[in-house]
Amino acid sequence: MSVSHSAQNVAAGREQSPHTSMFLRMLVRAALLRRGRALAALVAMVVAAAVATAMLNLYVDVQAKLRREFRNYGANIILVGRDGSSLPADSLRHMESVLAGRGVVAPFALAVARTSDGQPVVVAGTDFDRVRQLDRWWSVSNWPSAAPASRAETAREIGHPALVGVRALSVVSPTNQPFDLSFQGHTIHLTPAGTVQTGAAEDSRVYLSLVDFVSWTGVQPSTVEVAATGSPEDLTAIMNQLKQAIPAADVRPVRQIVEGEARVLGKTRATLLAATALIILTAALCVLSTLMGWVFDRRRDFAIMKALGASDRLLNGFFAAEAAALGASGAVIGFILGIGIAAWIGRVNFHAPVVPRFSVLPFVVAGSIIVTLLSAVLPIWLLRRVQPAVILRGE
Amino acid sequence: MFARLVYESFRRQKRRKLLAGAAITLGVTVATAMIAVATDIGDKINRELRTIGANLLITPQEDTLDVEIGGVNLKPPSDGAFLNEADLPKIKSTFWHNNITGFAPMLPVSVTLQQDGSTENLTLLGTYFAKQISFGKEEFTTGVRSTHPWWKVSGAWPSDTDNDNGRSRDVLLGERLAARLSAKPGDGITISGRQLHVSGILSTGGGEDDQIVAPIALAQEIIGRPGAVRRVYVSALTKPEDALARRDPRSMSGPVYDRWYCSPYPQSIAFQLQEAIPHSHAEQIRQVAQNEGAVLTRIEGLIFLITLAALLASALAVSAAMATAIFERRAEVGLMKALGAGRLAVASVFFAEATLLALIGGLVGFAAGGLLARQIGRSIFDSQISIPPVLLPVILSIAVIVTFAGSAIAIRQAVRLDPVFALRGEL
Repeated sequence: MSVSHSAQNVAAGREQSPHTSMFLRMLVRAALLRRGRALAALVAMVVAAAVATAMLNLYVDVQAKLRREFRNYGANIILVGRDGSSLPADSLRHMESVLAGRGVVAPFALAVARTSDGQPVVVAGTDFDRVRQLDRWWSVSNWPSAAPASRAETAREIGHPALVGVRALSVVSPTNQPFDLSFQGHTIHLTPAGTVQTGAAEDSRVYLSLVDFVSWTGVQPSTVEVAATGSPEDLTAIMNQLKQAIPAADVRPVRQIVEGEARVLGKTRATLLAATALIILTAALCVLSTLMGWVFDRRRDFAIMKALGASDRLLNGFFAAEAAALGASGAVIGFILGIGIAAWIGRVNFHAPVVPRFSVLPFVVAGSIIVTLLSAVLPIWLLRRVQPAVILRGE
Repeated sequence: MFARLVYESFRRQKRRKLLAGAAITLGVTVATAMIAVATDIGDKINRELRTIGANLLITPQEDTLDVEIGGVNLKPPSDGAFLNEADLPKIKSTFWHNNITGFAPMLPVSVTLQQDGSTENLTLLGTYFAKQISFGKEEFTTGVRSTHPWWKVSGAWPSDTDNDNGRSRDVLLGERLAARLSAKPGDGITISGRQLHVSGILSTGGGEDDQIVAPIALAQEIIGRPGAVRRVYVSALTKPEDALARRDPRSMSGPVYDRWYCSPYPQSIAFQLQEAIPHSHAEQIRQVAQNEGAVLTRIEGLIFLITLAALLASALAVSAAMATAIFERRAEVGLMKALGAGRLAVASVFFAEATLLALIGGLVGFAAGGLLARQIGRSIFDSQISIPPVLLPVILSIAVIVTFAGSAIAIRQAVRLDPVFALRGEL
């Protein structure tokens, strides 16, 4: 951009431009004439606002994202019938209405049965579809189908499908053949549909569908596991509601999961906060240094305006308006970009986009304007006592 | 002349150099601190995840089925196989012994509680609380207090050493059991003919709330099997599982097997535990081990991406500061060119200055970043985050490159400038 060229531009512009207010014209001209510097300042502003938006968005959203990861640990609340008694038949329905979609519940009924050669084995009745959602770490070779067709006839021949723990399998059915279990004189014919391996107590158990279990033993579920989503406060509220809805049950948190989750989330959040603070500080300083350089560079404009009789108020107003316009437009463009970055990080890392939070926008805009105002007003304040003549002479 | 130009520029333009230097220092500080935090976060979060409990379980190889409902063991106490307590210190002989943060043996036995003439059947769980163990020259403390950090005791934890000097021995009572017996810390109870002293009330939120928890020696004495252990919970720092981890070690070729064996996967640590302890079977507790990997990967990935953002922001800050610094010195460039300096000469003066600034700023920033990382480590994780010194050359070269890149555009414009305009102060 050569001088003569821009001078021609100015001249041409002056002839064509309508008589709009001088103030506006100065603002627009200032940005247009020094396109390079103005663009650099705007880019710095946009990047700073984008990074700040992305970080703030992530900071708010990561909690929820990580909480979802922690729900893979399974239940965080357990309901047990008082003194080993069964829970009322409608408790599952009550619990679902309390949770209202904020979690998964799975009922368990337990009994000790005996194999044909008299060995004791723990048998559990449950809802396989629910367990599959709740206990995702179960390594299952094949889930029994939830609704076997024409049960009565086929069951008598091939047996009811059962999910057998890997250690229990060697006791009840070493050859993977259908087997019998008896409970208080009642016998059930089962066929191993698949095996389950967890490394814990489940490995020594045999799992049946709840319907088969209840019709065989007559024992109703005594334990319900609940994986509820939400903050610790939500969890406490859910537990209180569950206690009221089902007075016959003991409601307990699974402390190891709840406490571990709180610790890890707290530390991650604190690290994120520290990183956010550092990044926003760096970005703000970047804007500050770029803008201050730009304004400082224009001390000749400043001197000419002053020499032509502009008041301090007008000067401050002019530079402030310019800075605010730059800050606001940079912030809005940066906000859009930042939401994109946050969504990308969400997709790459959590396989789910981060929901844009428009509540962050006012903070980003306000922060940007404050930083730009500061970087515009600071050089003016430094120059305010300098005689215009000194600046114009280039000293 | 060249050296003098650079030297004088630093001597006479202290304010400008200070500003640019401060920007570089700040940028490098943030970058160093974030890189240090990112490289260490995996280990730190891994340790925090250990609060969820043990991730490996060792059981006897030839064991009968567990018959346990709601924490009540229905299996006859003498039934099944046991591990030998004397073998346990060998856990520290495995390749990954430094990754094993603790272990706790368990021995549940059935006991009868005599109270007011009535008797009641209960489970007594023998374990380590915080037992001093030595393996070779190594001394370490392990037990449920490190592997089960969510166990809370009101009162005092019993001691593991057998203080059989006439005093009755210390045990913990589960919360619900204590409420049922209305027992308090300091009370005495009679279990299977032994006088015991309740040192504290244990609250776990699990089956232990209905049990008595005692030093393992007491449980062994009750069933008359010294050294018997039913199972051992091991808490280990592991690496998230990948395709290699899931392969069967028996199907691997030599080098692949070595790589598998020497990676801290839950599977390979379990395999090594099995080798170390005779007649044992070790397995990952999938609920803990599997999810740990997922959570860890997510958090590490997040911090990695954020570190990238921090590096970008600091690179930008440095570039912006350098560009501004050079823009301000156009008159100088004009003078140099008017005196006959070529483009190369002008550019090399600026680049030399930039390099010098980058090196000084980089060194100071590296030190400051180290301090910042330490502060973050101490205040968030209560432990050190140290910076590997290898990072210094890397950080310094990044600082020089970024400073160069930031200056390049401004230097190019300055060099192309017509000296006449520059000297007249136009543009």
